[in-house]
Amino acid sequence: MSAKLDLKLHVWRQKGPGDAGRFETHEMKGVSDHISFLEMMDVLNEALIAGGKEPVAFEHDCREGICGTCSMVINGEPHGPLKATTTCQLHMRHFKSGDEIWVEPWRARAFPVMKDLVVDRNAFDRIVQNGGFISANTGSAPDGNALPVPKTDADLAFEAAACIGCGACVAACPNGSAMLFVAAKASHLNHLPQGQPERAARVLGMLDQADAELFGNCTNHYECGAACPKEIPVRVIAELNRDYAKAALAVEEPRAAGGGDG
Amino acid sequence: MKLDAKIPAGPLAEKWDRHRFELKLVNPANKRKFRIIMVGTGLAGGAGAASLAELGYQVDAFTYHDSPRRAHSIAAQGGINAAKNYQNDGDSVWRLFYDTVKGGDFRAREANVHRLALVSRNIIDQCVAQGVPFARDYGGLLDNRSFGGAQVSRTFYARGQTGQQLLLGCYQALERQVGAGRVRMHVRKEILDVVVEGGRARGVVTRDLVTGKIETFAGDAVVLATGGYSNVFYLSTNAKACNVTATWRAYKRGAGFANPCFTQIHPTCIPVADEAASKTTLMSESLRNDGRVWVPARKGDTRPPHQIPEAERDYYLERRYPSFGNLAPRDIASRAAKMVCDEGRGVGPTGRGVYLDFADAVKRVGKQVVSSKYGNLFDMYANITGEDPYSVPMRIYPAPHYTMGGLWVDYNLMTTVPGLYAAGEANFSDHGANRLGASALMQGLADGYFILPYTVGDFLAKEGPSKVAADADCFRAAAKEAEDRTKRLMSIGGKRSPDHFHIRLGKVMWEKCGMARNKAGLEQALREIPAIREEFWRDLRIPGSGADLNQTLEKAGRVADYLEFAELMCRDALVREESCGGHFREEYQTDEGEAVRNDRDFAHVAVWEHAGDGAAPALHKEPLVFENVQLATRSYK
Repeated sequence: MSAKLDLKLHVWRQKGPGDAGRFETHEMKGVSDHISFLEMMDVLNEALIAGGKEPVAFEHDCREGICGTCSMVINGEPHGPLKATTTCQLHMRHFKSGDEIWVEPWRARAFPVMKDLVVDRNAFDRIVQNGGFISANTGSAPDGNALPVPKTDADLAFEAAACIGCGACVAACPNGSAMLFVAAKASHLNHLPQGQPERAARVLGMLDQADAELFGNCTNHYECGAACPKEIPVRVIAELNRDYAKAALAVEEPRAAGGGDG
Repeated sequence: MKLDAKIPAGPLAEKWDRHRFELKLVNPANKRKFRIIMVGTGLAGGAGAASLAELGYQVDAFTYHDSPRRAHSIAAQGGINAAKNYQNDGDSVWRLFYDTVKGGDFRAREANVHRLALVSRNIIDQCVAQGVPFARDYGGLLDNRSFGGAQVSRTFYARGQTGQQLLLGCYQALERQVGAGRVRMHVRKEILDVVVEGGRARGVVTRDLVTGKIETFAGDAVVLATGGYSNVFYLSTNAKACNVTATWRAYKRGAGFANPCFTQIHPTCIPVADEAASKTTLMSESLRNDGRVWVPARKGDTRPPHQIPEAERDYYLERRYPSFGNLAPRDIASRAAKMVCDEGRGVGPTGRGVYLDFADAVKRVGKQVVSSKYGNLFDMYANITGEDPYSVPMRIYPAPHYTMGGLWVDYNLMTTVPGLYAAGEANFSDHGANRLGASALMQGLADGYFILPYTVGDFLAKEGPSKVAADADCFRAAAKEAEDRTKRLMSIGGKRSPDHFHIRLGKVMWEKCGMARNKAGLEQALREIPAIREEFWRDLRIPGSGADLNQTLEKAGRVADYLEFAELMCRDALVREESCGGHFREEYQTDEGEAVRNDRDFAHVAVWEHAGDGAAPALHKEPLVFENVQLATRSYK
């Protein structure tokens, strides 16, 4: 059986980076509880277009919880109230008629708002450019089974590799820190034998870039872990700190500097 | 239009080696003088851009996303095939080649498919070296599973997120090259046109999705790795932004479009529950390894599933296809589901659904083992439907998922326009009329890592630099056309949104050109589509401006192209008077409802050439020659 919901929606509207922005309130009547949160936003946007008004700009793509594109702070929580769930996978059955819902963009110094709920997350790409990889030119690989990886290591790497790069961790952090994102990438690659040669350079390079992008520092609130839709464990931050200490103490560690000699 | 597939001479197994030797090389010092335009950064585009940059070429890569990591390759769940034979179960390059040709219902090119099977082994090695966390056994070696349409375990996987892990591998390789300055990464830029002049591709016209600015980029070769067109159906498993624009624009600039009617309807998707649904969600068909598909034996049986005794259930895939059972290929499993629903035996509120039941698997191996294999898929299902698949069988129904058709390419992946390449789902080359599970990731990465780097170099070595700058007349003219078109879209001033038209088009395509097609339906679709298109250009409304971030305008441009492309798809389905793979013409079936292929008249690639707006496109045929496999009726019984 499906229920219909009446909702009061307060949506952040902002014309562009220079605009101060404000909340705009919409009454939504008879919203089906079968649809997803983004489909509810589609319904709102169709109504806005029908009324000749500009629809709310928001980012989304796969709507399966894997591409990491969707990014809404719902009632103060990145990706909304449901644990381990992206906005696109949040369904309206988790709300009840009469609810007031506040929808905002990710808010962080390193993620400037571009329009309405759309923010610029390219800082993450630049962090990956500075060490978030294993240098393995196409064609140079040995047989896939030449290097066994103990299952415990493979599982730890996998747990961290599940990061979808959505940025909810940054949005949730009181310091706007990217620590969980950086640590997840480091942990993924540093738990694998293939990742060892560049381990120190990777950690130093990515953290340098995170600083340069004006992400804040980590002060162990762990709001990131609570907000993460993929439940990346916060133990990766402790691992990163250990790796950073070792790398920083080592003399003349090479820094990740892109591609080498291709 | 001349179709020269450039298939190398010699025995099948030696063709690729021989060809690689015959391809011309660019001197390492000269590579940096060439600029390659890569459109799309999924598995094919990302892998291609990274590999070409590693070789020393200058690459301009484009994505309409905020980051190359968002490409829809990321959503592939199940796995990637490779003929490693790590399981010692009789797999080989030849068997993967044979399975793929047969799975494609003998409508793919032998030489291309054999090459795909050959390089599949290198792909796994490459991905492991990049740190892709494939599933492993307790000895630390790579694990495999079986997958739809195969009787060997050759599928490598990373839980239910294989596509994500493979894409992150090639995204990281790509970002490494961006950091090294060899790739200029252009995010939030959408391709609006391909520039062709003097018989050669010269570059592209783009719209900056943030500023609305129309720009031009010149290159010595252009690669389109822009994915498929399943969203022509509106509801599909594709991401919302997936579109046909780049390949359609290339078609209108002279590239042949091959087999547009070959579309794949995936059997295991979550049925749509509401009219505001914006997409269908795929449940990996790896679920069919342990789940059993059934419907009530009796029509109109509305009892809840656990109250229906075994004797009154019809495990129709196991009954009809005893040797493949629940692992029957996608086209066959989809059609079988449609058939039982058409008989009135479908389940769920709409009657368009069948059960995928894990009760036996849970009994056999326990809930924990089932959860370790499929946990995230079960969670996703529970999230969307509000039902617990551990205790209630899943309900599934087929939905559009993948398109085998695409730009025609020769053995070098070059389209009929010299210097213009198409890779991954955007080309037509390897899957014939039906793609086997876990083969899309394989093809995307094969094209990007191991084929383009050789074949693009051969073209550049032979033809030299393009020497047409991005402000040349041909670029200015194409940019003006793109600008005028955007202005025209913005100024219609009607009442309806792009989605309104897209939904209507999707309904026509699903009903008339979906899982089953017939002459009368296709002819009706060919009357309905132009009517919707005419209304679109009269009654579209796009609020806001064309000079900033305007998602309604982005959608409108894509829908406008789908409204043209859909016609070509129906036309292709109409003239292919046979049933093969995903193309099922109701007029051509056995009494039991199995597809009847016509090898005498249709063992060819149908290639369409644009003849101007309003004019009927010209049909060309590339005959398919089978020297190594015997054309047989595909049987999975």
